[in-house]
Amino acid sequence: MHPLELVTNLRAFLPAEAVLYESEDLKPYECDGLSAYRQTPMIVALPQTEDEVIRILRICHTSKTPVVARGAGTGLSGGALPHPAGVLLSLAKLKRILEVDPVARTALVQPGVRNLAISEAAAPYGLYYAPDPSSQIACSIGGNVAENSGGVHCLKYGLTVHNILKLRVVTMAGESLEIGSASLDAPGYDLLALMTGSEGMLGIVTEIIVKLTPSPEKAQVVMAAFDDIRKAGNAVANVIGAGIIPAGMEMMDKIATRAVEEYVHVGYNLEAAAILLCEADGTAEEVADEIRRIDKIMRESGAIEIRTSRDETERLRFWAGRKAAFPAAGRVSPDYYCMDGTIPRKNLARVLGGIEKLSTEYGLRCMNVFHAGDGNLHPLILYDANLPGELEKTEEFGVKILEMCIEAGGTITGEHGVGIEKINQMCSQFSSGELKIFHAVKAAFDPEGLLNPGKAVPTLRRCAEHGAMHVHSGEEKFPELPRF
Amino acid sequence: MQNIIDQFANIIRAAAGCKAPLRICGGGSKEFYGNRIVGQNIDMLDITTYSGIVDYEPTELVVTARTGTRLADLEAELYKHRQMLAFEPPHFGSAATLGGCVATGLSGPRRASVGAVRDFVLGVRMLDGRGDDLRFGGQVMKNVAGYDISRLMTGSMGTLGLLLEVSLKVLPLPPMEMTLSLQMKEAEAIEKMNLWAGKPLPISATCFCNDALTLRLSGAEAAVRAAHAKLGGEEVAEGAAFWQSVREQTHIFFQPGKSLWRLSIKSTAPPLSLLGQQLIEWGGALRWLISDAEVGTETVRVAAKTASGHATLFRSGESSAAAFHPLAPEMMNIHRCLKEKFDPMGILNPGRMYPGL
Repeated sequence: MHPLELVTNLRAFLPAEAVLYESEDLKPYECDGLSAYRQTPMIVALPQTEDEVIRILRICHTSKTPVVARGAGTGLSGGALPHPAGVLLSLAKLKRILEVDPVARTALVQPGVRNLAISEAAAPYGLYYAPDPSSQIACSIGGNVAENSGGVHCLKYGLTVHNILKLRVVTMAGESLEIGSASLDAPGYDLLALMTGSEGMLGIVTEIIVKLTPSPEKAQVVMAAFDDIRKAGNAVANVIGAGIIPAGMEMMDKIATRAVEEYVHVGYNLEAAAILLCEADGTAEEVADEIRRIDKIMRESGAIEIRTSRDETERLRFWAGRKAAFPAAGRVSPDYYCMDGTIPRKNLARVLGGIEKLSTEYGLRCMNVFHAGDGNLHPLILYDANLPGELEKTEEFGVKILEMCIEAGGTITGEHGVGIEKINQMCSQFSSGELKIFHAVKAAFDPEGLLNPGKAVPTLRRCAEHGAMHVHSGEEKFPELPRF
Repeated sequence: MQNIIDQFANIIRAAAGCKAPLRICGGGSKEFYGNRIVGQNIDMLDITTYSGIVDYEPTELVVTARTGTRLADLEAELYKHRQMLAFEPPHFGSAATLGGCVATGLSGPRRASVGAVRDFVLGVRMLDGRGDDLRFGGQVMKNVAGYDISRLMTGSMGTLGLLLEVSLKVLPLPPMEMTLSLQMKEAEAIEKMNLWAGKPLPISATCFCNDALTLRLSGAEAAVRAAHAKLGGEEVAEGAAFWQSVREQTHIFFQPGKSLWRLSIKSTAPPLSLLGQQLIEWGGALRWLISDAEVGTETVRVAAKTASGHATLFRSGESSAAAFHPLAPEMMNIHRCLKEKFDPMGILNPGRMYPGL
């Protein structure tokens, strides 16, 4: 269908300002949080109701027009990168919290609602929405569902998939599905899990019932410094081995610690090879008990310095540095490239050793921040895009890190998603038989392949050709957001 | 062990070649659950030979085991390291396997507080209906590469593939548990369970039956004692045995020989007036109904649906009955498409879940 004909058809039921096609109006939608990839869409549509979503999809389905869904656009893997001949479907206007049920501990929300807004609406009842991705002040719950977002507290409280009960989904053909239930399970296959983390490939989410969690009475954090990264890794294992599931457990290496200290002045130990932050939350009694045990384990694991937050202000200060790791990287280097591999924790020292070796080999600095509790590693490769050849070197370095993660029994993406960024690495992680199953799942929901084409799952042909990767996160679209 | 997988794959390929249905079977402890497999000359595919723990690192909180592993053996190994399958899967017999546990997707008393089987599944290795050996997910907590096939497999009753190995997140045993009993009526119990679940209290299981609400507290000793002081109630001496009886349905409520309905509904739903006796778990979200045949299937399904949930005929005298709640036609279409992709010849447990799957 001719673009203008499509615009006319959409404007038949959408107000003029909800259908954009002039190039200056399209510009803000050309990329998401991964700004290295840019593409102007043919049309941007901004529906306000599920009914409008259905009508848009039916028109696109009939005219075989690709559709890319977009929430707040904070994603880091280019999942919402527009299609040049497609409609970018922004869900930003579906932003109402329809109901908070404090007794059942659930909230019914539209996809454009910000993650943090749910917790704010639930706060008067002593409840909150547990998954807390670092971009939570801006990212939308619909995007969280698409990416199965986590956060620093996910070892204890789970990812998005553990914290939603029900979705309303519109398929590419314009059919509404009710997936999941207001109860704890639903009949049939677990399509709720299948939808979560499906990166906008299977359907458009129009309503979500999320679970709310009672706010803990108290939280306290232990900050421990180690002179050897292996000792810090062992300390993490010792905490878990002692039967403790911390609310959060984060690690930073020396380069990262120095970079953030310069930026936020927390008073981190600058001589330490690694800093561990370990948080306990729960009732006052639980926290007191757990903090005492964590402190003892850190000592026995050879910490050279241990500090426990004395009050809420100090607790937030201890965290401030960790949360500032990404902007701090931006201060010490013109560009940085953020990786997102997950590894079994026992292989941490080996993988970090490998990264260090590669760092020397490529002559590029790399700082490491690590969700230590769940094995999610974010190496930040520091480089300068203005130096000829440096971006290419960085990309190669990054690919080697991801391959090392796979080899260590891990995965190429823990929480940022595949999107367009890691599409080639999918070929390294999965066999052609496995990729065929992914394509089959896609076809069960969207047989024509019109939803978010070219993302998340590579074609077998692409894998055969395995083109070069062109990725960097040097310019973040949301530099003000903490990234961790 | 690879030779066993090759055998399984050959059986599946041969069955696919002549469109002969296969009945996947572990310990047979959950044979009663679901519908009878449809077809003639059904061959059995016994997975119990493929057993044993593949990898277990207590400090990683992950265990990977072959699906023929007896659930009791797996739990005993975890117990040695003071860890557990936190979702407390029911065994329903000593022969129960990990494969059956994941394929049926059933969880026990701790489900409302920690999550269900699907919440703990991290990865699977499986054979699809073509006999292809596939791996999805992994052994790490966070993994968003590809669609979540591992969780799709969980609870799919063997209709999408033969599970070979499963990686599960495990959790430490709580340092202390205490069981409390409080006398009250059903409506009050439902209200209290929901109210308390909204507070930061270490409640790990609830059960209401015969005008008594039984609660389990799990956690640090100080926290458990403090919660007891807040909630009141009598401490039950044989707490562990009580929860075991609820989990394994050996509690006196679960009289054999009668129809047992499982209604999974919104936790705040008021008492359901249905003919028969009820036992409530999961903070109000799970209602078991024991009844004589006279309570109509339709009546139970409507009651569950009205309470924003669904009803399963969990155990029944007649095996011809449709065990699972009917799906909306558009949902059934998606199910059929998925089945066709995973098992093109329709040979894996056909009909066990729904006709045509």
